[in-house]
Amino acid sequence: MNSINITMLKYDDDMNNINDKLENIDEKMVDSRTVVTPGEVITDEDGYMRGHGTSAESEDVQATVAGHVERTNRLICVRPISRRYTGEVGDVIVGRVVEVGQKRWKIDTNSRTLSNLMLSAVNLPGGELRRRSAEDELMMRSYLEEGDLISAEVQTIYTDGTLCLHTRSLKYGKLGQGLLVKVPANLVTRRKTHTHNLTCGATVILGNNGFIWLGATPTNEEGGFVQNIEPVSQTIREAVCRLRNCVVALANQNSPLYDTILIYSYEESGRWSIKELLQPANQKTLLSLTMHRLDMEMS
Amino acid sequence: MAGLELISDQGLRNDGRRADELRGINCRLGVLKQADGSAYLEQGQTCVLAAVYGPHEVNRTRSIEDRAVINCQYTTAAFSQTERRATDSRSQQLSLQLQRTLEACVLTGLYPRSQIDVFVQTLQSDGATYAASVNAAALALVDAAVPLRDSVAACSVTYADGEPLLDSSYLEESGRAPSLTVAILPCTERVVLVDSGSRFHMDHLDGLVDSAVRGCRAVHQVLDTKVRQHVAATSQLINRW
Repeated sequence: MNSINITMLKYDDDMNNINDKLENIDEKMVDSRTVVTPGEVITDEDGYMRGHGTSAESEDVQATVAGHVERTNRLICVRPISRRYTGEVGDVIVGRVVEVGQKRWKIDTNSRTLSNLMLSAVNLPGGELRRRSAEDELMMRSYLEEGDLISAEVQTIYTDGTLCLHTRSLKYGKLGQGLLVKVPANLVTRRKTHTHNLTCGATVILGNNGFIWLGATPTNEEGGFVQNIEPVSQTIREAVCRLRNCVVALANQNSPLYDTILIYSYEESGRWSIKELLQPANQKTLLSLTMHRLDMEMS
Repeated sequence: MAGLELISDQGLRNDGRRADELRGINCRLGVLKQADGSAYLEQGQTCVLAAVYGPHEVNRTRSIEDRAVINCQYTTAAFSQTERRATDSRSQQLSLQLQRTLEACVLTGLYPRSQIDVFVQTLQSDGATYAASVNAAALALVDAAVPLRDSVAACSVTYADGEPLLDSSYLEESGRAPSLTVAILPCTERVVLVDSGSRFHMDHLDGLVDSAVRGCRAVHQVLDTKVRQHVAATSQLINRW
């Protein structure tokens, strides 16, 4: 046992040395997590790369938005509190079809431009490797038409910021019976999974773009364009409504949204009826109860 | 109003301020949940509400190839002044002016073929309404996380009895004394707007603009602090876990 302990200690020492070396590389001219406002000079040192939220116009690094400075080695970004969604590759999003165009659908994802879902980026019935024919183009409306809600993943981002989505997986596709809640995009934290099947019978998809879909857990993992139109039971409907009010209560108070906080707030909300959860005073109490539970878990 | 003194012998104005004192500024960001950015601003008794939507898609006919279009709408509420007025005749002109002022500070080149909507409404008008609108619009843009070259700060000044009076109230503006509104980019100290509806001698111009610029800097200091407080407060929970 002693020999194992000594090895572990040595590993820790090495890690400490590496951390010290990293800190000494750059003089701490830029403190992470400081708040800056537009036009403010973050640093006038040379050699820093300008990331999002900084301006490339002048010699020194100036902030262009109000937010927190994030420094990663030589890259300086300013992260604002933005309600609009700025995409990253690999994000899970929920969106609504707005237009059916030539070989693509235009999806509203709370971003600066409408996102593209190419015909070649969806799973068509009949096998994945089928070549997209002209008939497929004409049949596009039978798969997805204006007003449909889908879940998808961000595949690429064009230079002007337009997102290119894909649903090439069984976990993405048209969303059926459920509720859509729109929250500021910055409140949805990035996690490994964004689709959660809760024990109460509801499924939550926390879209990174701030669109949150709540619905009944699908019994079969079909995905794609098949919609499940079987009636949903009363208890599950109530669970979904309660979840929705919890999400709204948390979002109104700028709380981050992820699976654990949602489950805890759902459980703590049991002391109020679904309607009572909409009152601001109850929402405040709900948030403090949830925070208390999370803090207890963390410590 | 005959015999109305805008500034007394002791150097006090009608509301007890000195010549170079601003009125109290109160503001709140993020007041409209449906807008991308919004701000409510009070400068003394002047209350202005601003909302920003965008940048978002716009149809081809109205878009510009290499930058975003800024669409401003400046309105005055009918109940904002002592007499009820349906429309303000200067609304359209002020909208265009506001657009040009904001174009100087917004980095429109980052969003080609999009549009940024800025809606400003004066809810209560007690002088310096246009300056307050510019300030409110700037706050709303910051709240919407629209990249700005620099913030904008505006201040109005009235010339009375040889003294420039900063942040004029309605009483001071409605008299025969000339008024001026100036907006600057605070960090780069560049003047982006000088607007006056009255006539005065050229010799007074520099002095007036200088004192207005000083007022703008003071306004910017106050608004900057409020913005920082807002950022810290809203990100408090997100940074907690």
